[in-house]
Amino acid sequence: MKKSLKKILSLGLISALTVSLLAGCGQKSGSDSTEFIIGGLGPLSGEAASYGISVKQGAEIAINEINAAGGVKVGDQTLTLKLNFKDDEASGETALSAYNTLMDEGAQALLGTVTSGAGLAIGEKIAEDGILQVTPSGSAAGLTEWPNAFRLCFTDPLQGQTMARYAVEDLGLKKIAVIFNNADEYSTGVKAAFVEEVAALGGEIVAEESFEKGAVDFKTQLTKIKGTDAEIIFAPVYYGDAAFITTQAAELGMSLPYLGSDGWDGVLAQVVDPAVLEGAVFLSPFLATDENPAVQAFVKAYDEAYKAVPDQFAADGYDTVYVMKAALEKAGSTDSEALIAAMTEIQVEGLTGSVTFTAEGEPNKGAKFVQITNGEYTLVK
Amino acid sequence: MGSVLEQLINGLGTGSIYALIALGYTMVYGIAKMINFAHGDIIMVGAYVLYVTVVQFKLPVIAAVAITITFCAVLGITIEKIAYKPLRKAPSLAVLITAIGMSFLLQSLALLIFNANPIAFKSIINVKTVKIGDIAVSGVTLVTLLVTLICMIALSLFISKTKAGSAMRAVSEDKAAAQLMGINVNKTISMTFAIGSALAAVAGILFVCQYQSIKPTLGALPGIKAFVAAVLGGIGSVPGAMIGGVLLGVIESISKAYISSELTDAIVFGVLVLVLLVKPSGLLGKNRIEKV
Repeated sequence: MKKSLKKILSLGLISALTVSLLAGCGQKSGSDSTEFIIGGLGPLSGEAASYGISVKQGAEIAINEINAAGGVKVGDQTLTLKLNFKDDEASGETALSAYNTLMDEGAQALLGTVTSGAGLAIGEKIAEDGILQVTPSGSAAGLTEWPNAFRLCFTDPLQGQTMARYAVEDLGLKKIAVIFNNADEYSTGVKAAFVEEVAALGGEIVAEESFEKGAVDFKTQLTKIKGTDAEIIFAPVYYGDAAFITTQAAELGMSLPYLGSDGWDGVLAQVVDPAVLEGAVFLSPFLATDENPAVQAFVKAYDEAYKAVPDQFAADGYDTVYVMKAALEKAGSTDSEALIAAMTEIQVEGLTGSVTFTAEGEPNKGAKFVQITNGEYTLVK
Repeated sequence: MGSVLEQLINGLGTGSIYALIALGYTMVYGIAKMINFAHGDIIMVGAYVLYVTVVQFKLPVIAAVAITITFCAVLGITIEKIAYKPLRKAPSLAVLITAIGMSFLLQSLALLIFNANPIAFKSIINVKTVKIGDIAVSGVTLVTLLVTLICMIALSLFISKTKAGSAMRAVSEDKAAAQLMGINVNKTISMTFAIGSALAAVAGILFVCQYQSIKPTLGALPGIKAFVAAVLGGIGSVPGAMIGGVLLGVIESISKAYISSELTDAIVFGVLVLVLLVKPSGLLGKNRIEKV
């Protein structure tokens, strides 16, 4: 009696398990629906939250635009796009669990990650799953080493080289101090290329100071820089650190000009007194005051939806959605392999410039320099 | 030469904030024989209270500072009453875990109320940078040094000269004997938490004026550094915490400036290990034989 009860029970359990497994499968392959689900990953909370929120909102504008215009024609059917964006707190561990949730919820391509560190941590896993990944703003060199991974923004090394040429050739400044975060791939990546290029151009790095993640006190490093004959400070850091550095340098009575990296975008909102940022120049693919009509239309839509001025990350998010749309149209299918193959054949006229992709996953596009003047971002050239 | 002096002053500035926080760790340890890991987060609470009173309620600075200090002192007493007092007879590990839990609770509450985005906060200390020759010292650093000095003198006088201070010393020597002598142990412990938390509030105020940015995890790093400072100086010893904090700040600053900014933490902790090897109870700690 007891034995048979056990048998019935185990049979029941097994069948329940099988059913739930099958149900899981059913959810995963939503290919017959008329929706194409783009998974999104980026920090919506924490120090880098402003990047993730901007990318998400920019992407939402693009998706609403595309869906309002009738969706995407893929082969013989028309699909609407849907964005499922999760918070990865710019951390590798959180990104991995958020990515797994996205895949369980049926993501068919990944827009992300927004930051480099999180992307490096999960790149291998995404490559195993084989879906198309386009990072709007992750700039570490290693992010595109997988065949399914593409990027929309500049790489760290390219950014470092460009800034080095700007400092030495355009500004004619040869004595440069560098301050960077030695626990961050982005910061060290830009710095390494910058230092190398400055040396190649005949400039001199007179101070190379580092700090750890989460540091709030930069006075020691800045005092050291103050003691050198540096003519300019290069700080390839995120906006939060940039705010600390510039504010504390002003307190120490320093008035050296700054060069930043694209992580500086958003720095104006983080300082109490914008005068400490006066004259700083950083690289950015997008500027909201650009007179290009497409940019102005985007700025207007963004302001209506979120009551805010979009930054480069919002534009990156917006462009990434259009890149995915172009890939879908070119491939004529939602199959991941076909989408990945289509990536190298498309050209997208985006807000951040006209872009094509190499087989290595890198973008071909130009750079813009942004300067902070009178508490505003302005285009340099 | 000017630059050496500047680096020393930088180190004294951060060091004195560490010292203020370390005082709270060491006093609580001396009296309650527990490490209050939620102490670092009191700094964060202080920073947010200051932000709310100054920016949102637009109160005058002095009132805001008074409210901040009172709020933190009351919070310290409340935490002790709710979380630690029921565990006074429990194994010390249980109290330690509770303290860590309390730390997470405070951080998560701040996350819920203010969310994770850092808030830019304009310093309430408006003292101009002072220049002596080539040496520039920021006004906030000067005020920090001054305030810390005043707090330390006041605390030392309080502990050595007042009745309540002797009660604190008596309780830290021997709780049971102090009780027999007619000292209200509960009241003394509450007072210790209140003073420790009030000092943390002062540290919090100085911290946000120095760095002008507030976020929920703001207390974590200075909290840990101050704990190291307390151990370095000899945990349980009040002058030890002061010396430990200032020393830690100066070592940090000098090693960043003249050895390597990447090795700073390794050097700081290396010094700690060395001190503990030579003098396991810390610089000014008492070598006590454990009673069985």
